[in-house]
Amino acid sequence: MKSNKVFERAVHGIFLILGLVTVACVLLITVYLVISGIPAILEIGLLDFLFGMIWDPAASNPQYGILPFILSSIYGTVGSLVIGVPVGFFTAVYLSKKASPKVKEWMGAAVSLLAGIPSVVYGLVGMMVLVPGIREVFHLPDGASLLAAMIVLAIMILPSIIKVSITALDAVPKEYEDASLALGATPEETWFRVSVPAAKSGIATAVVLGVGRAIGEAMAVMMVSGNVANMPKLFESVRFLTTAVSSGMGYADGLYREALFSIALVLFLFIMLINATLNFFLKGEKK
Amino acid sequence: MKKLICMILTLAMALSLTACGGTETASVSTDGSTSMQKVINALGEAFMEDTGANFTYNATGSGTGIKAVKDGTCDIGLSSRYLKDSEKAEGLKETILAIDGIAIIVHTDNSVADLTLQQISAIFKGEIPNWSEVGGKDGEIVCIGREESSGTRDGFESITDTEDACVYRQELTSNGAVLTAVAENPNAIGYVSLSSVKDTVNAISVSGVAPSEATIKDGSYAVQRPFVLVTKEGVALSETAQAFFDFATSPAANEIIRAAGVVPVN
Repeated sequence: MKSNKVFERAVHGIFLILGLVTVACVLLITVYLVISGIPAILEIGLLDFLFGMIWDPAASNPQYGILPFILSSIYGTVGSLVIGVPVGFFTAVYLSKKASPKVKEWMGAAVSLLAGIPSVVYGLVGMMVLVPGIREVFHLPDGASLLAAMIVLAIMILPSIIKVSITALDAVPKEYEDASLALGATPEETWFRVSVPAAKSGIATAVVLGVGRAIGEAMAVMMVSGNVANMPKLFESVRFLTTAVSSGMGYADGLYREALFSIALVLFLFIMLINATLNFFLKGEKK
Repeated sequence: MKKLICMILTLAMALSLTACGGTETASVSTDGSTSMQKVINALGEAFMEDTGANFTYNATGSGTGIKAVKDGTCDIGLSSRYLKDSEKAEGLKETILAIDGIAIIVHTDNSVADLTLQQISAIFKGEIPNWSEVGGKDGEIVCIGREESSGTRDGFESITDTEDACVYRQELTSNGAVLTAVAENPNAIGYVSLSSVKDTVNAISVSGVAPSEATIKDGSYAVQRPFVLVTKEGVALSETAQAFFDFATSPAANEIIRAAGVVPVN
């Protein structure tokens, strides 16, 4: 009996330590980002930093305005959701409710595979296929643009949206649907009027995951967006918050390097803010 | 728990700091320009084979490499640009190891095969927006370059006198990415290290001089930059570091330097 208790305590302790490691990591990253991100913001000035429209840190008269990155990141993420969410949502409804088990199995496997592709591969394919494609279709001088980034991000967020939505839709109690059908609703009406509302919070979670992936992606975006610090336009070359950090970090030094940490801090706060807001709304709706 | 993590982190940091300074064993540490990676690693490998000494190279960038020498955290700094006067005034000494040509590349379908330095400069500043103005087919010129902190960009812009004035359509982060982007777009023009040029693109000649080892060495090909070994003036290198320095700047190293795609000068 006693040894059992000791064992239990030990296991409890181990799990506690493992949990604390995660918390410590988060704290460490947060503290580190804040400490290393604040000095440059103070030196540049918060307003000049956040709302400056020109980013030119290597110039003889350097300017550190990151508004182009902030807007590009927002536009890119929103654009990828506009393309990705409808596709992902309807795919999930189809796979969960309509598709035969065999189709569901195969398509599910394909979606999982899509989730496992490294982002650099998305970027490479985007660079070789999508960018020239956009150039041809829209008769542009060059196809590397915000649009290309949106499309690549849309494809990248599809797996998380589809998988999580399917799980939510599958979890809707069969009685709900049976009741709806028994009352004379068609299957389609049942899916969209009964199943989807019942799975609402799960689908919303899927979208949140998608937002997180889209706003945090750097590699694929860097390869297709052209990576120039322009104010965002659909067919212009743009740079995201993530790519601003990763493309400069290799060589930068001095204030330029500190400013990159500040950008990372802004990105971090951004993601926290989005998560908090969405969580707030989701929890609010549950009540 | 937190204390433990702190301790581990401090330990790791302390270790990483000392890793670059290890001069007491038979080793030589270099730090700097990523453009010099290929040539310095080839030299380092040959040196290790000959002497059995340890050779390390940190690919950080010219600026960081120069700073590392100044701070004494490495033996030899690597810079892909000449030292500034301010840096020489701080007691640093430059020794040119080799010369790297920067190739101006266009799509293989592009009929333009020669541009002057002025034309290249005007193209990248956006003053010549169309290929037809320099003898090519009608089409908007798409300038593809490197990110702000790249040594190749710094080299290119200082040679063509386009610092802070280039209008890029794409700013990519490696020679390979620039090659791919230019190979995909018939209206593109870009610049890469001569050693990384592949036949998926055309390297054009500048004022009638095609980029090659001979034209770079005799100075007739205009778009070129030095690979510099940076040391401290008046401070003796460790025995091993001096041996490496002598080896790298001796004619014996020329074959290795040439194999890495740049032009030896010694």
